[in-house]
Amino acid sequence: MTADDIQLLVALCKARAGLRVDPAKTYLMESRLGPLARREGYNSIDDLIAGLKVRREDALIWSVVESMTLNETAFFRDRTPFDQVRDDILPTLSRLRGNEPIRIWSAGCSTGQEAYSLAMIAEEAKDLETGTRVEIYGSDVAERCLEKAQSGLYTQFEVQRGLPIRLLVKHFEKIEDSWRLSPRIRQRVRWRRINLAADLSAVGRFDIIFCRYVLSALEEGIRRRVLEGLAAALPADGFLVLGKGETAEGITDAFRPVSGRPGLFARDPAYRVAA
Amino acid sequence: MKTCLLVDDSRVIRKVARRILEDLGFEIAEASDGLEALAWCRAAMPDAILLDWNMPVMNGLDFLRQLRTEPGGDTPAVIFCTVESEPDRIREALDAGAAEYIMKPFDGDIIAAKFAEVGLVMDRAA
Repeated sequence: MTADDIQLLVALCKARAGLRVDPAKTYLMESRLGPLARREGYNSIDDLIAGLKVRREDALIWSVVESMTLNETAFFRDRTPFDQVRDDILPTLSRLRGNEPIRIWSAGCSTGQEAYSLAMIAEEAKDLETGTRVEIYGSDVAERCLEKAQSGLYTQFEVQRGLPIRLLVKHFEKIEDSWRLSPRIRQRVRWRRINLAADLSAVGRFDIIFCRYVLSALEEGIRRRVLEGLAAALPADGFLVLGKGETAEGITDAFRPVSGRPGLFARDPAYRVAA
Repeated sequence: MKTCLLVDDSRVIRKVARRILEDLGFEIAEASDGLEALAWCRAAMPDAILLDWNMPVMNGLDFLRQLRTEPGGDTPAVIFCTVESEPDRIREALDAGAAEYIMKPFDGDIIAAKFAEVGLVMDRAA
């Protein structure tokens, strides 16, 4: 890849999805673009980029941008946030919402493990009022990730990172060397392609938003807009869950951290969502 | 320091697992079959046991069933680590008292995640 090609790639990722791509990480670009070039029928990455410049085709540009997203995820990653949702947040919201569904959004869900973990949690949560419905939504900017998420099919390696064995035998079926989630859990999650860097005003309302290890992959300049977009989707008593070491403080005053609960943020009552 | 007994008839597997578990802060003992493992447990009950299934002399499942009848034998957290990956076999192991279950091949992340799952090590960093 030439320096110009790298600059083009970095600029496209930033412009389209607010993605921060380090121009020094050529090995990362090559490991992502190589398979994409083959899938798209190009002989090499150079041909792919040449094709991109000539065709300027939206679908191809998006394939390139999406190939550069971070896909690192795991079932029940960091565990604590899931325990909090199951033991505290869901029972509380269940009392407050009555027959209104509780909506949880896994924003930047990658290959779906987080959304499915939430779906398993919703099955396990005790002390919910009768009639409580929990709806789970997973979104990502990368179509290929969403396709895998929707399939509910995971490798033996993936199901051993964070997923308790009892939940594996309870909710998965073994198919050759892979494991497939039961239709029951798969049907609990709805998937949508959402670009967090775009306008979020039409995404709807969510009571709990998981947006973990996403901000750090975004350009600094765009983090505030993303967080305020998420704030606008949360009711006053909703919660935002960020990854370990991530914070909204110093970026926006839309949220305040919940004390003693690292990663958990509540809407700041003083913050008014712009109309 | 917490102790972990590694039970596997493969020296290579024991060596790999030993390195990972020592990094997680365990003191390690090794046995190459279920009977040898029982002898260890009768001498000094470990906090955790990483247990292969298919071994000569006494297999892992028979060992686990015997262990649970021994004095103090209900305390160690037993984590299977085996090529057996059929859901029915996994259920059999859980019914016999296994706390967690690793399907080979494994790596350090999987071992750390499973030991965190049973509360024997702190949750791994993100």
